[in-house]
Amino acid sequence: MLRVLSAAAAVIVASFGIAFAASEAEHPENHPFSFESPVGSYDMAAVQRGFQVYQQVCSTCHSMDHLAYRHLGQEGGPFALYMVRSHETGEMEPHVGKPAHGGTFVDVTENPYVRAIASGVTIVDVDPNSGQLADRPGRISDRFRRPFPNEIAARASNGGAYPVDLSVITSARHGGADYIRSLLIGYDGTSEGTLYHNRYFPGGKIAMPPPLAEGAVPYADGTATTVEQYATDVATFLQWSADPHMEERKRMGFVVLAFLVVLSGLLYLAYKQVWRGESH
Amino acid sequence: MSGPSTYEPKSAFTRWLDRRLPIVRLTHDSFVAYPTPRNLNYWWTFGAMLSLCLVVQIVTGIVLAMHYVPHINYAFASVQRIERDVPFGWLIQNMHAVGASMFFLAVYVHMFRGLYYGSYKAPRELLWILGCVIYLLMVATGFLGYTLPWGQMSFWGATVITNLLGALPLIGESIKNWLMGGFSVDQPTINRFFSLHYLLPFVIAGVVALHVWALHEAGQNNPAGVEVKSKADTVPFTPHATMKDLFATTLFVIMFAIFVFYMPDALGHADNFIPANPLQTPPEIVPEWYLLPFYAILRAFDFNIGPIDSKLAGVLAMFASIGVLFLLPWLDTSRVRSMRYRPIARQFFVIFFFVCLALGWCGGKNPGLILFKVADFSATLTWVEGGQVTEQAIQAEGAAQWDDASSAAVAAAREGGATMTAVTRTGASTGTLRTVSGGETRNAQVSADTADLLEEEITHVKEEAGQAMPFFSIERRSPARFTVTNFSLLLTIYYFLFFIVILPVLGLRERPNRVPDTIAKPVLNEAQGAS
Amino acid sequence: MAEAAANNAHGDGDTTRRDFIYIAGASVAVVGVGATVWPFIDQMNPAADTRALSTTEVDLGAVPEGQQIKVIWQGKPVFVRHRTAAEIAAAQRDDFANLKDPQSDAERLVQEDGQAGQPAWLILQASCTHLGCVPTFVEGSSFGGWFCPCHGSDYDTSGRIRRGPAPKNLLVAPYLFTGPTAIRIG
Repeated sequence: MLRVLSAAAAVIVASFGIAFAASEAEHPENHPFSFESPVGSYDMAAVQRGFQVYQQVCSTCHSMDHLAYRHLGQEGGPFALYMVRSHETGEMEPHVGKPAHGGTFVDVTENPYVRAIASGVTIVDVDPNSGQLADRPGRISDRFRRPFPNEIAARASNGGAYPVDLSVITSARHGGADYIRSLLIGYDGTSEGTLYHNRYFPGGKIAMPPPLAEGAVPYADGTATTVEQYATDVATFLQWSADPHMEERKRMGFVVLAFLVVLSGLLYLAYKQVWRGESH
Repeated sequence: MSGPSTYEPKSAFTRWLDRRLPIVRLTHDSFVAYPTPRNLNYWWTFGAMLSLCLVVQIVTGIVLAMHYVPHINYAFASVQRIERDVPFGWLIQNMHAVGASMFFLAVYVHMFRGLYYGSYKAPRELLWILGCVIYLLMVATGFLGYTLPWGQMSFWGATVITNLLGALPLIGESIKNWLMGGFSVDQPTINRFFSLHYLLPFVIAGVVALHVWALHEAGQNNPAGVEVKSKADTVPFTPHATMKDLFATTLFVIMFAIFVFYMPDALGHADNFIPANPLQTPPEIVPEWYLLPFYAILRAFDFNIGPIDSKLAGVLAMFASIGVLFLLPWLDTSRVRSMRYRPIARQFFVIFFFVCLALGWCGGKNPGLILFKVADFSATLTWVEGGQVTEQAIQAEGAAQWDDASSAAVAAAREGGATMTAVTRTGASTGTLRTVSGGETRNAQVSADTADLLEEEITHVKEEAGQAMPFFSIERRSPARFTVTNFSLLLTIYYFLFFIVILPVLGLRERPNRVPDTIAKPVLNEAQGAS
Repeated sequence: MAEAAANNAHGDGDTTRRDFIYIAGASVAVVGVGATVWPFIDQMNPAADTRALSTTEVDLGAVPEGQQIKVIWQGKPVFVRHRTAAEIAAAQRDDFANLKDPQSDAERLVQEDGQAGQPAWLILQASCTHLGCVPTFVEGSSFGGWFCPCHGSDYDTSGRIRRGPAPKNLLVAPYLFTGPTAIRIG
């Protein structure tokens, strides 16, 4: 009986793992992202580049309401600042993104890179003197600039289609980052009225014109400026934005599980000890 | 059952306390010296896990309430803020969300254990019923809580479930509006759902206290299903049961932690990461996995039963499926508790277990999904190439004579050598007859897996034949088929049969195996190597 | 009970092993409980968004001499006072008076980066150091500065405590001149 039920339980657990949705669209292409395995982490250079692509391309239509510029410089963020002791000079030197080892995290309020990103953005806010809406340079505590003041304005500017918020988009779509990446490279160059053929979009036709073009965003680090590379980087950035604490979560999970395994071993011994000599 | 208290206060202070507030005595009698059947297996450790789950949910819930904002415009954002900005917020939020699933997983094991070993039978009827009350409260709490993040599934789940109540005759609509505080799920709804979601866990805790009280009054059941007869049948609760519970609970926590740290969203739904939008329903609305069996029962009826329409039938069946659990102690007529000694009942139980799993599977599937069919969906298209098309008006004397007039016109056209005819009705008693004469008759057969795909095939053939063809005669054939809805109905019928027919009848007719006289006896006999 | 039974059955050789298991198990469990409690305590600390709301920009051109404005910084009020020559003189004269919390006026003008400030501009956190009420500036009060209506603390024109239950001077808000007539607080 026990065995039957246990086997059945395994079957339920397995079957609930299966995704529900079945759409006519092609299954997203599987890309070996660095964050996928239980010990995987973000490729921070890709997250930085992905942010650049978002900033220069996606952000003209897509908001990311749940992100603030300060998030870019939080611990584990793409522009987090660490002080790392240099091998050659022995001096403490600033390092953006996650250092290979060591490093002291610098609070985001002291992070000049994030400050520069924020102040490079124009935010519309209530002017404290006049009470009218006015432009001002962004601050690190500002949320990402919204391209449109509201959904109606967004639809009006996009032929009735609403460019969705991207803050948690990889969680909100089956296939996650693979889907986002596939969607961005899934155009075949044809369109039908105001809709563009995209083999990964449910229904096959999407209102978003192909957003990426080869060479459209210059990369400073010499990475290839192909559509596929852009798509991969944006997908990585959006995965980070949907799950910014992933690395911390996995690290902590490893410690917790190791602890629990030791604890359960000790408790098993204690349990056996207690029941020693008791028939049951 | 518990017998006289064996607690002896040792120090002056404990003697002083015991005279005034015998709380140490209560704890000692209930959780230390309490005699526990010595043959309890691991299925009996789920009570401890459930206590842990309740504590985890209450503690994490109180914490989340410090940061959550029950407002339609801010709820989603406040959950995001918890995930991103609150110190350890991501951890606590994950624990709460995964914790709900773990709670239900454990409660289902606990319930099936009670079912298998007859833990609902006298003198434990109230113990079982209190358990059912706890389960009902858990379902309500889980549903209310799932609404709070205010994602698409939250919103539409709440809409669908509140609409269920609208199915009740006469009062349904008023109850629905009373519950929502308006005419749709909106600000008043989220506010009251938050309040109730905060309240109910404490009600659960109260009923759990009664459940434990009833347990200690009636004593624990055990795998043999025979009552404790002497001290030889028992071991003290502490350390024997406590250590076993602790060990098993730690294993449970390991599974819990794997979900929390490595797949926090695996048990949720992607659509709930889309903020609620009252203007757009997601393509498929499914509840959380632990409610899927009931969702399948709800959707199992696609036909009216006399005066009860299909919607009400589903709602009634869903409530009855939980309600029948309350009657179980009186439905099972067997004098033997444990199914270990009831070979036939055991087989029906195993089927019942898989039926529940299958119901859960159905609940997550599209109800129209075809599981098997005797043949493909097919259609025959007939058209004429290169014929002469003529049109003539049909005028009947009145609407009642339309059928006669049109068939007469068609018959006349056929007589006249028409290859194909088509009638279009343009008014109550008027219409047009189009006929094709001469030309060459063509046929095409198409088939497909589903009705939708068949229509695509038909369109395809029409395009190939050319839109210039005046008309097509299409004969569609739908095969006999078995859908998720049909399957759900079958499973639902077994679900109810099990409780209402199988258990009562079997209890009277089955010849059970020999039941041991005492707990200790078989234990001592098969001391080596028994499970 | 059970321990006693086990003792009799298996003799003393097992005692150390058994005790080790119990003690090790209990210690590990205690560590686990301790580590679990921390996140539940830490979650009540200011969240990242609250901590990052750090700066407020103020245009000094809008404050005439002898006036002050209150601005909000980190959710708390801050006085930005444009002092008159008389107020400055009074503040400097009292540098060597019998102060409860001795501090010179010049020290109270120092900017966030250590640079000297401008005597005309005094940037103070507007919370009485007694119990946090907002003091009011009262012309002609005993020390010419702020008076706290809650429990009667008197501050002078440099915001130093002169009389009453408050123990400390009004705190100077961290500020920086970002232009001739603009400061950033925080």
